[in-house]
Amino acid sequence: MYRYDTFDHTFVRERVRQFREQVQRRLSGELSEDEFRPLRLTNGLYLQLHAYMLRVAIPYGTMSPTQLRALAAIARRYDRGYGHFTTRQNIQYNWPTLSDVPDILEDLAAVEMHAIQTSGNAIRNVTADPFAGAVADEIDDSRIYAEIIRQWSTLHPEFSFLPRKFKIAVTASPRDRTALRFHDIGVALTRLDDGDIGFDVMVGGGQGRTPMVAKTIRKGLPKQHLLSYLEAILRVYNQLGRRDNAFKARIKILVHETGIEKFTALVEEEWAHIKDGALTLPEAEIARIKAFFAPPAYESLEPLPLAYIEKRRADTAFDRWVRQNVVAHKQAGYAIVNISLKPDGGIPGDATAEQMEVVADLGEQFSYDEIRVTYEQNLVLPDVRLTDLYQVWEALKAAALESPNVGLISDIISCPGLDYCNLANARSIPIAQRISRRFADLKRQHDIGELKIKISGCINACGHHHAGHIGILGVDRKGEEYYQITLGGSGDENASIGKIIGPAFSSAQVVDAVETLVDTYLGLRDGDERFLDTYRRVGEKPFKERLYATH
Amino acid sequence: MKNVWKPQIVTANRLTDGAIVYLAGDGNWTRSIGRSLVANSEREAEEILATANAAVTACQIVGPYLIEVSLEGGVVRPVGTREWIRAQGPTVHPEFATEPERAAA
Repeated sequence: MYRYDTFDHTFVRERVRQFREQVQRRLSGELSEDEFRPLRLTNGLYLQLHAYMLRVAIPYGTMSPTQLRALAAIARRYDRGYGHFTTRQNIQYNWPTLSDVPDILEDLAAVEMHAIQTSGNAIRNVTADPFAGAVADEIDDSRIYAEIIRQWSTLHPEFSFLPRKFKIAVTASPRDRTALRFHDIGVALTRLDDGDIGFDVMVGGGQGRTPMVAKTIRKGLPKQHLLSYLEAILRVYNQLGRRDNAFKARIKILVHETGIEKFTALVEEEWAHIKDGALTLPEAEIARIKAFFAPPAYESLEPLPLAYIEKRRADTAFDRWVRQNVVAHKQAGYAIVNISLKPDGGIPGDATAEQMEVVADLGEQFSYDEIRVTYEQNLVLPDVRLTDLYQVWEALKAAALESPNVGLISDIISCPGLDYCNLANARSIPIAQRISRRFADLKRQHDIGELKIKISGCINACGHHHAGHIGILGVDRKGEEYYQITLGGSGDENASIGKIIGPAFSSAQVVDAVETLVDTYLGLRDGDERFLDTYRRVGEKPFKERLYATH
Repeated sequence: MKNVWKPQIVTANRLTDGAIVYLAGDGNWTRSIGRSLVANSEREAEEILATANAAVTACQIVGPYLIEVSLEGGVVRPVGTREWIRAQGPTVHPEFATEPERAAA
């Protein structure tokens, strides 16, 4: 994985020193809250409902065991013993004190991490495929290009005060595990006619109150032009994006209102000025970054070792976990392990310091010193030998991390909601917990199959409800929490925006409503159809009829 | 129709740790909503907000604002889910509920 060079170390430590002084000036009264707010936000520090919240970037969701142990230590020393992994592959701490934050940042800097640009109207943490480097169908490791974009976008002087926040994701597989088309810019690696690597660039995706699926602005961009093309897009957005209305300030609105053809022409015109200039990526630089993501020294192993097969036969719980949470690896004899952070009735994405340490140890012992975070709020061990899977599973089980539910109805994305967030209108986590408990029977969950429920506590859609097969949006109705249901959303390569099914449900009704939708699907599904496939085949009518007949 | 005055208190986040606090009758900031100073008129509300704004200048608190409360049975209770959650802590972590004893500090 990428390691800081002298430049990285210097600027991160310099930033910590600056922020320590800024905090001192705030505490002494030299800075007012209005003066301090933009300074703390650009260092990832929010003031939330109950306390400060610090969002720490995990670049493209890749961590070393040392880094994960440091995150655990921060949770234990400065917070309340846990952290919350987010839909942008970050981690959030919900209880730091203001005076502790500089020390936290110092601890992060010691393990080559920071919280810079995890808030504010700048380019945020660049996300990538959590299976990068380990899946057979990828064109290249998406993290190479995510890291190149990270270096370009970090402290970029021209793009530090954009009209609104800006999110970029990179993927290299036909199967999208990044919600690429719901990003301001989505970069998809592609193979060019000459066999070289290029990019399909998408722009203007996003969720919030105006959900949009990104549109392709350029296909087959040669790789040396990646940064100059992104710079051209950002320049057009920076110049023309609305600053008079925060609800209309994201690039998706600009693309929509300008029209993709005209927007593309503006970008191409800008690009013509800077193409082949200073931002052209030299092959040597790509090779230098690529070297950081060189595959580990895989062993030559049996594709299906007998001991592993026998363990699966002998232990049905292990076998069920393998079937649901373990994914095929590009290298024979290895597997990708998803670690669910969605235990029965748990808080989606939360992990205790002890759990983080267990996963760090497993990453060190069994996965070539790497751990990943997924946008679906789970963790991944990307390179585990099949013969080690049973031992890994037993260790996860001892840490209550063995839920075999990845991709199932209880693998819910949920924003923090009104339990933590200043912007929320309704609670999200308790709804996720109640759904998880209602469908706790694993046999039932497995029978239902893939079903992605995503819950947001307000229209900002941090819980990706627009992209949920079943989306749930919390709303406030005269001081009471209600929940609007959308159906048919998807964050994958066939991205779609969920459609509101009808009037909202009270908190008491909403879990029953979800169960009604699931029962309706089970009665309608054809063979192995997923919930989403059935919905797309039959449309909303049977779901709506059943839902509002019974509620 | 004449507006009926509804009792209000002032709340904010404490600067040092972001904790939710309420202006108490003794002029200090308390974690316990039960000890908060209730404004029974518009004039009183303006006065407690002015006190709060002075505490902002003194670097004690951030972002003060008035909230409506009910006083049934002599107990101060916030009106609305958001303020109820602010007063008691995240509902998903009952162990973090605001403790009146600690709040008195």
